[in-house]
Amino acid sequence: MSAPPTRRRLARVPLLVWVFLLVPLAAELFWVFWPAANSFSLALTRWDGIGLAEPVGLQNFRDLADDPIFLTALRNNVIWVVGFGGLSVVGGLALAVTLNRPGPFVGLYRSAIYLPMVVSLAVSGLFWRVMYAPEGPVNAALGALGLESLERQWLADPAVALGAVLVAAVWRQVGYIMVLYLAGLKGTDGSLEEAAAVDGANAWQRFWRIVMPQLRGVSTVVFAVTVIDSLRTFDIVWAMTRGGPYNETQLLSTYMFQQAFTTGNLGYASAIAVVIFALAIGFIITYLARQARTED
Amino acid sequence: MTPQALRRRPARSPWLHVAMVPVTLLWLSPIVFVLFVAVRSYDDIAGRGLGALPASFTLDGFATALTQGGVLRSLGNSALVTVCAVVASLALSSCAAYALSRFHVPFRRTLLLTMLAGNLLPPQILLVPVASITAALGIADTLTALVVVQVGFGIGFYTFVLHGFMRSLPDEVFEAARLDGAGAGGIFWRIVLPLSRPSLAALAALATTWVFNDLIWAMTVLRTEAKFPVTAALLNLQGGYASAWNVVAAGSLVAAVPTAIVFFLFQKQFVSGLLVGADK
Repeated sequence: MSAPPTRRRLARVPLLVWVFLLVPLAAELFWVFWPAANSFSLALTRWDGIGLAEPVGLQNFRDLADDPIFLTALRNNVIWVVGFGGLSVVGGLALAVTLNRPGPFVGLYRSAIYLPMVVSLAVSGLFWRVMYAPEGPVNAALGALGLESLERQWLADPAVALGAVLVAAVWRQVGYIMVLYLAGLKGTDGSLEEAAAVDGANAWQRFWRIVMPQLRGVSTVVFAVTVIDSLRTFDIVWAMTRGGPYNETQLLSTYMFQQAFTTGNLGYASAIAVVIFALAIGFIITYLARQARTED
Repeated sequence: MTPQALRRRPARSPWLHVAMVPVTLLWLSPIVFVLFVAVRSYDDIAGRGLGALPASFTLDGFATALTQGGVLRSLGNSALVTVCAVVASLALSSCAAYALSRFHVPFRRTLLLTMLAGNLLPPQILLVPVASITAALGIADTLTALVVVQVGFGIGFYTFVLHGFMRSLPDEVFEAARLDGAGAGGIFWRIVLPLSRPSLAALAALATTWVFNDLIWAMTVLRTEAKFPVTAALLNLQGGYASAWNVVAAGSLVAAVPTAIVFFLFQKQFVSGLLVGADK
């Protein structure tokens, strides 16, 4: 069949199809884009949620710059992006490479690594609260290994609490990254690696020079997803520490939530949300650009 | 990889297992320990410490968590919200994806990417306005509100994934249906939806875990404890039974069971759902 008639027929979009498109679109506009736009205007106000919002211009942002808790949250979020992102990507990639080829028990190992992913972040947080309890398994294990000096109140000690929460989050994330890289590895060309092996490249060189460049697409997605996830992180911190002790594990999202729904500073909370958005938008665009390219 | 390539590789060394057995055990250890704590009696934990191996076996922790702790009721809330939200968002997304993938809607690419972008926004930028919108609509503190919010936030991503699948369906099928006189609605119902079953299944598995595991939307929209889904209810349980670790552990395990079941029943779909956007 020739192309022109097809195109002409498709060009007429039936009414039903418009309904098909516009109902979901309206739902998303109403529940996502409209609230998002509202947050930007709320960020320029002081509002307790009851009276009228009082416009204050950029005062909220000036206050943020002097707010030590906000600055701690911002610093923690940077640590989080690097620590959570770095450890889960390195761990996930290493496991994917290790478990790439099928063999006895490999399926079992893979399942064990991505099992935590089915546990919600909130529940993972509770699991790890048990692990980190003063008399809990982590301290008991350290004691059994003769490392009593390392025992501590993991979630109550400001010096280690953020790291303790981070370990729990990485435990859950590594499986996800591993699955993404396993899929990427399936798409790589094994013969290239063999050729390099014949030419005398060792395993390390083969990995960095042959395999990694072929995984660039997966790596872009992993990178964008990890950063976006890091900036959204809320559940696991809330379940484990609620930002404590002394706000030492506060992330932007938890501080925002506290300001909004515990303290009731809705304008100030919206300003924090705008900061989170500003930090995330670059990575969102990176992800979208990649998706747009695969759509072609 | 071709069979030849496999044969040429050297036999696997035992070092893989030497490395992976400890890693696997370490990875499973939090789950195993929580299980140990959940089946111990309160006195055993109080007497011998949380880190000790079980010297008692009782299901009291589960019983307390499920009944007095309200985990059973909250599981019901979670199940209701999850089923409604997943069905509604997949239904709406399939319609939108069909319109965008099979018809020359103006600016369809922009629309598609905009919808996806909505799902990538940090939820924090939506929380305060969503809370006031639900209040203005008179649905604050209801499960309905939680469902609509989940649907609104999810459809962008589901539409994007389904669009990718539907546009790859062969044109011949559509031509044949059109020659048989089927309209746009008939083609959608009789051809597109049945053919899209694999990706609908993958998305359903993924969406189920997302909605079921959600905490932040539930905490934003709901105030009454009796309406909490299991994630939010557990955090309260943890406050109320702070020293009763067996109850907290049992409640957490129970909350993880439904998604674990989805995962094991639909492991293949689940993994393919995760790969969306990364497999190209």
